[in-house]
Amino acid sequence: MTDMERPADGHSSAFLPTAKLQTLIDHLIDDGFQVVGPTVDQGAIIYDEIRSIQDLPRGWTDRQEPGRYRLERRNDDACFGFVVGPHSWKRFLFPPMAAVATADRVDAAWVMRTPTDDPPRYAFLGVRACELAAIDVQDRVFLRGPYVDPIYKKRREAMFIIAVNCTQAAATCFCTSMQTGPRCKSGFDLALTEIHDGFLVETGSEAGAALADRLPISSATQDQLEAAEAARRQAGDQITKTLDTTDIRNLLLGNLEHPRWEDVSRRCLSCTNCTMVCPTCFCSSVVEVADLTGDHVERRRQWDSCFNVDFSYMHGGIVRNDIRSRYRQWLTHKLASWHDQFGTSGCVGCGRCITWCPVGIDLTEEVAAIRGKPVVEITLTRGNTQDESPAARDGAAFPPEEGSGSCEA
Amino acid sequence: MRGVTALDAPTGCDPANPWLAFPAVVDDVVDEIPGVATYRIRIQDHDAARRFQFRPGQFNMLYLPGLGEVAISVSGDPASPSPLPHTIREAGNVTQALARMGSGATMGLRGPFGSSWPVHECDGKDIVLVAGGIGLAPLRPVIYTLLANRRRFGALTLLYGARTPDDLLYTREVGDWTNQGLAVQATVDRATRVWNGHVRPHPGSGQFRFLAKGDKGAWSGHVGVVTLLLERLPLTRPEKTILMTCGPEVMMWYTIQAAQRRGLSQTNLWMSLERNMNCAIGLCGHCQFGPEFICKDGPVFRYDRIAPFLKVKSL
Repeated sequence: MTDMERPADGHSSAFLPTAKLQTLIDHLIDDGFQVVGPTVDQGAIIYDEIRSIQDLPRGWTDRQEPGRYRLERRNDDACFGFVVGPHSWKRFLFPPMAAVATADRVDAAWVMRTPTDDPPRYAFLGVRACELAAIDVQDRVFLRGPYVDPIYKKRREAMFIIAVNCTQAAATCFCTSMQTGPRCKSGFDLALTEIHDGFLVETGSEAGAALADRLPISSATQDQLEAAEAARRQAGDQITKTLDTTDIRNLLLGNLEHPRWEDVSRRCLSCTNCTMVCPTCFCSSVVEVADLTGDHVERRRQWDSCFNVDFSYMHGGIVRNDIRSRYRQWLTHKLASWHDQFGTSGCVGCGRCITWCPVGIDLTEEVAAIRGKPVVEITLTRGNTQDESPAARDGAAFPPEEGSGSCEA
Repeated sequence: MRGVTALDAPTGCDPANPWLAFPAVVDDVVDEIPGVATYRIRIQDHDAARRFQFRPGQFNMLYLPGLGEVAISVSGDPASPSPLPHTIREAGNVTQALARMGSGATMGLRGPFGSSWPVHECDGKDIVLVAGGIGLAPLRPVIYTLLANRRRFGALTLLYGARTPDDLLYTREVGDWTNQGLAVQATVDRATRVWNGHVRPHPGSGQFRFLAKGDKGAWSGHVGVVTLLLERLPLTRPEKTILMTCGPEVMMWYTIQAAQRRGLSQTNLWMSLERNMNCAIGLCGHCQFGPEFICKDGPVFRYDRIAPFLKVKSL
């Protein structure tokens, strides 16, 4: 067995028949969890509360290409026979809108409070390997920095994860390049691999093992184990898209003036879709919501996007006032400066930004274009800066000649 | 490579709930120059006010409920942190409302946030501060700190540039500063109008001279960019000179270039950057500058850390 194939522990030979998946859901509900899983809504597979195995997208699959997503009927009744859709789990851990603080005027003074936050205990059913990686990326952002986001923390600590190994891949998938999948290796309580009549069950935590002990599982047969292995291998085999990540941080930050940024800016609509569907994008803005008296104010954090024009607004000016600089910010942050900030790439290779881009921009192609003909302009090693002539600076509004004649007036 | 961060010091902000603001009140307002005033803000809870400490260069988020927050550096003396002076230009909704409300205004305050100027590296060194316009405000805590421990440092110089003589900040205090051992030189972009300020340059030396309030006179000091003052400043030991600069980015860029030509080491050059700050805790993404979050990695940076990105347009 290779590392990729090695099961997480001894429970990997456990088998759960398809019909008994409902038992798993029922146990979670009984234990007080809100079970969230994939379900079909408005022509897409999204994540929402589910109570029954019938809520799952049974018999559906998704076909994805740059700028295209369609559901199609499968020729079987599989529960998880698709890849990833427009939702990601971040909408539950990092809600699109959440109150972070309140202010109430009492006797001419303001009373500041933290709003009551009583989220459900979530059990996520159907988390893919790339999504486990995305949750880990957001853990680094919201939990492992100098400041902790209490909203994320509360939801994250209470949750239960049932991962599902992919058994197929979309044309937009490139998790193998980002080394996040397709196999679920850690970060879950239970992991399932779907075969024709049920699921192979692995446990990844004590809580997962405790739940598995309550499930009507049997020992898997050799045929079932081989079928599961073949299904998992099929996902990897179907991945065709690649992203060469070799030295990608310096490649991108060293090519901030590459003509490809101008090229992509003529295609990009700056619509923010890529950032909304991305499972790791975390940008937000806090807005003030007051009642009619103005005495009761809620501070609401909403998802924002570096593609919005006013995102970089600063007392009278907008720093990134063209699409070129905004696309460059997104891609260089995602693939390059994320490494400096959080010790990992911000990309997990899920391909959502490619599928949901209305004009089908494919970040792997943008990186390949820059890699194909780099224009390395600046030194990136910190502490090793050129002593460049001031005159070389673009758009200098501060010519040193100005006023020089009268300096000693 | 960076300044000392807020978390190294006892801090008012709870790292586990950084969204919670302290109720605070404006004790008084001192008009500085047209459109700019210094608001002395007191955290209302006595215990929180007593615990609150900041380092030179750090900022607070000032919050007017219903309008929003603004990031404002503390312009007061770190040794005397209550009330907290903030020198603020009327620019957007929040700062304009604050100007209307004036003394007695109640608000929220979160902080202190961000890195600080390297005063802990200044012992035995010559220090040059280069400020542009309201960029003097984040450096004033450095001035207070250095002057309170004056004998620990070599030559102390402030080079200050503003658009016009009427845009020079803190002119009431400059006399005290020079008396305590800070050499101050100022320059303006335009000296076209009669000036009603409180200080004017001493003829010949270019040093500030303190004038009585109401004295009038034409500006007779330097005219031109502040980098020229740096180029002509006698530096007896550039290898032991630390420069800190705050002002418009382009001003800081030329200041840094001039300093390097004068023989200062890149590792002794510090600057304070500004970007849109929404959360101040590195979670909202707005203030990114290449790999840096200005709010938590900055705003004060050693030059060599951010040098590759300073000249990239629209970064």
